[in-house]
Amino acid sequence: MENMSFEQAVARIEEIVRALEKGDVPLDTALSLFEEGTALIKMCGKMLDEAEQKVVRLRKGADGAPEELPFDAEDAPC
Amino acid sequence: MDKTILTVSELNDYIKNLIDCDDMLAAVYVRGELSNYKIYPSGHHYFTMKDAQGALKCVMFRSSASRLRFRPENGMKVVAFGRVSVYPRDGVYQLYVSDLTVDGVGDLYIAFEQLKEKLLKEGLFDERFKKPLPRFPKRIAVITSGAGAAVRDIIRVLGARWPMAKVIVLPVRVQGAEAPAEIAGAIAYANRHKVADLIITGRGGGSIEDLWAFNEEIVARAIFASEIPVISAVGHEPDVTISDFVADVRAATPSNAAEIAVPDKVEMAETLLSYEIRAVQALRREITARRRKLEDLASRRVLVSPKNYLDDKRLLLDHAHARMAAAAERILAARKHRFAAQAAALDAMSPLKVLGRGYAIARREDGTVIKSAADVSPGDKITVRLQKDAFSATVSGAEPI
Repeated sequence: MENMSFEQAVARIEEIVRALEKGDVPLDTALSLFEEGTALIKMCGKMLDEAEQKVVRLRKGADGAPEELPFDAEDAPC
Repeated sequence: MDKTILTVSELNDYIKNLIDCDDMLAAVYVRGELSNYKIYPSGHHYFTMKDAQGALKCVMFRSSASRLRFRPENGMKVVAFGRVSVYPRDGVYQLYVSDLTVDGVGDLYIAFEQLKEKLLKEGLFDERFKKPLPRFPKRIAVITSGAGAAVRDIIRVLGARWPMAKVIVLPVRVQGAEAPAEIAGAIAYANRHKVADLIITGRGGGSIEDLWAFNEEIVARAIFASEIPVISAVGHEPDVTISDFVADVRAATPSNAAEIAVPDKVEMAETLLSYEIRAVQALRREITARRRKLEDLASRRVLVSPKNYLDDKRLLLDHAHARMAAAAERILAARKHRFAAQAAALDAMSPLKVLGRGYAIARREDGTVIKSAADVSPGDKITVRLQKDAFSATVSGAEPI
């Protein structure tokens, strides 16, 4: 779960909610699904809260491969 | 009186010299109708300009012809600019055209319509080539000027809505002669090195000439060839460019492109909360139903004997219920607090809210956004996301209306 992407986590949460709402899983499975779901929701909430925007400028390096530089809107060439 | 006998060449040269020395003929505008238009393999264009009474032979050399912003056709009314000179080999005078524009309507308009028609016929605007945008983009390439309001607006709105996405700016010139090749080159480069999972390209508002790069064929073809989905955002709401037709999604402005590109973190948090509530409710229903069934069974005297078994089940249920209730309480309290703060923060930044204007996002069950009636069939279950909440629906008919 730790290395799940946000997208994967949301997909799993949606799957869990659908399964719980369908209501045809045994109770102990339902409980563990519920716990997995709430843990994933908590993880996603944390990702949302803690995300900090990263902005870079890309330059074509000497070998043609991209090089990341800090982006500064003020003095970047037009 | 001496009779001077000239050779043909001498006479032609004499006339050529007379004409070449005339100031008016050195720089003249001529209005007329195109006929007999021919493009030679050399790249030079040969044609005749006519009016009701006369005709004028014209030539436009490749270097001038390459700057034409429309495709000349016989019958078009044009204004040509150039110089008149003599072609001694044929003994004819002709207009050496350096600039040709459509008379009446602007030539940019003609060029726009011609390219639009050409690409439309080739299918570059077809819905079936439109790629869906990623639901949660991780890396967004922004191909626009490195200075100016557009790039700042895009970065600001992306940061406010979805800071999880890394923004990768590929600075290019967005106007002037080099702009089309730079924009097209950056789109191709982003694809070649897979630098992003979504591209936004465009620029802020300006005159039709300022926006022209986004009407160039080379840019349109680069967008079409892009494996990475492209959102175009050129100028303001009423400005429509060829790039807008080819892009997977057209945004009205650069800020609007950023809104379309990513979900809103506050809305996403609300969605997560709604999932949590649904999970709690589903589990509660389940537990209540089982408890009722159990109590019903327990009340029947014939079944009193396996009482221990039932007691165990009852304990398990009580235990489950308590765990769930505690979890639900905790979640709701924490969420309530967090939303208030996030909502306030977002409102302070005041991004345009697409959904707030009454738009809705319809998604298929797998979460992909429905863009056309062709994406669904009758009976499909879909969810419709509104500003405040969402509901599910079933498609009753999928004929485009």
